[in-house]
Amino acid sequence: MAVKSSFRNMTLCLFAICLVCSALLAGVYALTAEPIAAAAAAKNEAAIKEVLPETAVAIEEERTVEYNGGTYTYNLAYDKDGNTVGCAINVTPLGFGGPIVIKVGFDVDGVIWNTKVLSQAETPGLGAKCVEPAFTDQFKGFNPAEKTLKVKKDGGDVDAITASTITSRAYADGLAVAANVFATIVGTPMPLDAATGSSTTSSAASAEGDSVISSERTSVISSEVEKSNTEE
Amino acid sequence: MGKFQLITKGLIKENPTFVLLLGMCPTLATTTSAINGMSMGLATMFVLILSNIVISAIAAYIPDKVRIPSYIVVIATFVTLLQFIMQAYFQDIYETLGLFIPLIVVNCIVLGRAEAFANKNSVVDSALDGIGIGLGFTMSLTILGLVREMLGSGSAFGFKFIEGDGILAFVLAPGAFMALGYLIVIFKKLTSK
Repeated sequence: MAVKSSFRNMTLCLFAICLVCSALLAGVYALTAEPIAAAAAAKNEAAIKEVLPETAVAIEEERTVEYNGGTYTYNLAYDKDGNTVGCAINVTPLGFGGPIVIKVGFDVDGVIWNTKVLSQAETPGLGAKCVEPAFTDQFKGFNPAEKTLKVKKDGGDVDAITASTITSRAYADGLAVAANVFATIVGTPMPLDAATGSSTTSSAASAEGDSVISSERTSVISSEVEKSNTEE
Repeated sequence: MGKFQLITKGLIKENPTFVLLLGMCPTLATTTSAINGMSMGLATMFVLILSNIVISAIAAYIPDKVRIPSYIVVIATFVTLLQFIMQAYFQDIYETLGLFIPLIVVNCIVLGRAEAFANKNSVVDSALDGIGIGLGFTMSLTILGLVREMLGSGSAFGFKFIEGDGILAFVLAPGAFMALGYLIVIFKKLTSK
């Protein structure tokens, strides 16, 4: 069977195998990079639409916001008239088996519309139930201003998953962080503020039904955001 | 040994899970449900067949002292290719299995078959061996997954047949060891006759 080993042929052999393998991997990577990115983007967009009201048709590019020393990403969504309908914020609380990536959708009033787990490594049959509607449906229409985002055991209003308090706590904490991030976003001069604060402009825009106006509005808003970002 | 036996021996006589007790890490970790077990088995089979073919083809040219690193590079390459392809074109399967795919690299069945069979046998025999052992692994993981799913979640292949939660321990690690232990006993009892 195998050849007798010498320093020369061992080096050459490993070099050749690694060369062929890396070339193969590089080739397949180049071929699949685009479909993988497209699939990931489609999945992300589907998740955003899932956590926001159905009227959200246009989803803006991802933005970032600083809160409590961390950086959070979020997407704003607009309806067909260019009015802001909501905001999807990504949070990653630490669960029992690692980070849980959750997308949290808020409507313009700061009420949670829906939540969706993008990835988790919780215990199957226990914490992994955090993806099931039986648990997540309680957050639909959850108003963080009226109810407390803590599990009932800790004096809050969240029903924990049986025997999975750590996961439930992490989920509630993540949502609480998202609610604070939302408050931070609204607190700065940003589209959500503009939409709720100046309803006259947006209703005028929608009454005229002119897409130019709404796009103008968006560009004004984004320049405002840039300003506020540079100020920070 | 006939060609047919190369396939059947992996199912019973050299069953990787119940007889050879190889690849216990993915076996215990992924068999929380029948579907998960079966998918892991099939993904491993895919890698096993390809790596067996390639390794049996190149084994004669590899110096003895670097054969293990060479096999590992070949196996790791196939696993990574599988991951890219699944991620790009089979998103749904990737979502359930994604976590376990890298585990195939460290699955000693794949390296074990390369070392024990593929480097001494022809390409065709090695491919058949890969199919046989792969089927045996898939079968065992499906059975183990099914038992754990039935006892732990009260469902089979995702279909609920009893209400409620079942015996949670069977979905967790201790249940994996217990179920595997009893299945080995039953398997030994059935095959020793």
